[in-house]
Amino acid sequence: MDPSPSPLLQAENVSFRWAPRLAPTVELDRFTIAAQERVFLYGPSGSGKSTLLGIFGGVLVPQQGHVRILGTDLGSLGASRRDAFRVDHIGFIFQQFNLIPYLSVVENVLLPCRFSRRRRERAMQAGGNLEAQALRLLAQLDLGRALHARNVTQLSVGQQQRVAAARALIGRPELIIADEPTSSLDAGRQEGFLELLLAECASSGAALLFVSHDRRLAAHFTRQVAMDEVSRAAPALGEAA
Amino acid sequence: MNLLRLALRSAWNRRVTLALIVCAIALSVTMLLGVERARIAAREGFSQAVSGTDLVVGARTSPIQLVLYAVFHLGEATNNMLWKSEQQIAGDPAVAWAIPISLGDSHRGFPTVGTTPAFFEHFKYSLGAPLAFSAGRPFSGLFDTVLGADVASHLGYRLGDAITLTHGSGGIGSVEHADKPFTVVGILARTGTPVDRSVFVSLEAIEAIHLGWQGGAPPPGGFSIPEQFVRKFDLTPKTITAMLVGLRNRAAVFHVQRAINEFAGEPLMAVLPGVALDQLWQVVGVVEKSLLAVSALVVVVGIAGMAAAVLASLNERRRELSILRSVGAGPRHIVALLGIEALLVTGSGAALGVALLVALSALTGPWLESNYGLPINALGWSVDESLLLAAVVAAGFAAGVLPAYRACRLALADGLTPRL
Repeated sequence: MDPSPSPLLQAENVSFRWAPRLAPTVELDRFTIAAQERVFLYGPSGSGKSTLLGIFGGVLVPQQGHVRILGTDLGSLGASRRDAFRVDHIGFIFQQFNLIPYLSVVENVLLPCRFSRRRRERAMQAGGNLEAQALRLLAQLDLGRALHARNVTQLSVGQQQRVAAARALIGRPELIIADEPTSSLDAGRQEGFLELLLAECASSGAALLFVSHDRRLAAHFTRQVAMDEVSRAAPALGEAA
Repeated sequence: MNLLRLALRSAWNRRVTLALIVCAIALSVTMLLGVERARIAAREGFSQAVSGTDLVVGARTSPIQLVLYAVFHLGEATNNMLWKSEQQIAGDPAVAWAIPISLGDSHRGFPTVGTTPAFFEHFKYSLGAPLAFSAGRPFSGLFDTVLGADVASHLGYRLGDAITLTHGSGGIGSVEHADKPFTVVGILARTGTPVDRSVFVSLEAIEAIHLGWQGGAPPPGGFSIPEQFVRKFDLTPKTITAMLVGLRNRAAVFHVQRAINEFAGEPLMAVLPGVALDQLWQVVGVVEKSLLAVSALVVVVGIAGMAAAVLASLNERRRELSILRSVGAGPRHIVALLGIEALLVTGSGAALGVALLVALSALTGPWLESNYGLPINALGWSVDESLLLAAVVAAGFAAGVLPAYRACRLALADGLTPRL
């Protein structure tokens, strides 16, 4: 279950509830992700997936338990250190509307570099300068230069998701968290997007935590985990379906 | 700088809404500062109704009342002073000039002022401007009259027109001095002071039209002395209403004032016009304070509008803020973004408001000054105005930043994935 001696992400005895009187939304004993691992996490909506991602991302702080990323306990960091840590080591892709409408394609991709010196420096190492690295990533994700001049709101959903993937990948964070990034794409494009994303994660050496309710995509991953295996608070798959 | 650029781009993205808020703030700032300026101008215009006059002298009454009738030609004197007292005071070596004033008649609602040609020579208004004639000359003949600018323009008089005076202030049952018409020989240029609303004649003329009158009533039986015989009478006045006094040396003012207050011939009073005007202004002060309160309310409404707009836009910006959180922006970045925007909006609103104010006062200033005697200063800038402006910007900043607290909570509650 635990392939490397020091996992990239390690969560232990985590319990999170939105309010003291509510039942826990997430309750897990142990969950790990190894470096460069591709984990497929599936579960119905309402099973606490997004909450779990908020905990892993350090936005939500669990009332109990510890989340360690690269050996650092997120709970031990102050709020602003946690914000900095998140952007240094994690890239996020959301379901849709990932982009800030008033920024250009390249500016959207470079957003993490504005807030993280580490991501900025790693992006510069890879591409010479920030813009070149952004263009390189966009090209690898099949977004030609002709699209860069467009307002991001004029891009198709698939194109927007690829811009978001480039943003998550820039500066080579160790972990990419993708929250249902394919659910607004049609079936044909889901595969294409996933292949591009997996290839880029592999080439930048990032681990990928991919969350979806659609198990057809699971075959591409090294490990598949059901939400109800991770969290005792999640309803068992059978009853929620 | 990165954050500033982000804030600018984000603001530009919502420019229509923000432009409306900027306009609302600009208008409320213009109103606040405009009212403040009008207030100061009204006060100045008021105190500039008379300048260069060191003392106002009259029979004993309240200082405010004396100034009201001697300078503003409002109300009526309860007692007159003797002409020989006037002569005596005017002859004092400390006195440079004296202007006698005799009130009591009117022409179609405008007060008549009996005086001497010294009035046109020595009377000063505003910051020491002398009276000027827009047409004609001072009166010299017995039945000559000089009109203030408003009197001439309202009633359409020109040089050479004949007018008659009314005994008293011209209410129902007033008696006309119809037997003795006056000829308009001069029209004064506009001053924005009570001079504009006055009809000037000589002291002798006041005597002449009241020949044979007793106790304020016309001679019985319709008897009247024909104009050509009038000149045979001694037309030296017995009494006048008040006098304006200019001193050779202003430093002597308290000395002369005491001397007049202790005048042996009759009970007299000398008042420093500035002091009495200040007292009078305090009475009017309630009005100016409520004006200021109203315009402060307008600013509060403007800023509340901004706070409401910021709050409303938060839902719309929820996604944007969540994305920023996911790429490493902390609460302080979000507060900074909203703060920069609030400063930008209030700052440009305030700047636009000031520009509007300057433009407005430059455009309407000369007109306001000549028509209403409001000396509006277009470019002058006071410490009070800077403080008002700073208070507006600070309040706007606070109104913009307080919702940031809610924004941070929203961003937190959303986790990393904004809700739709």
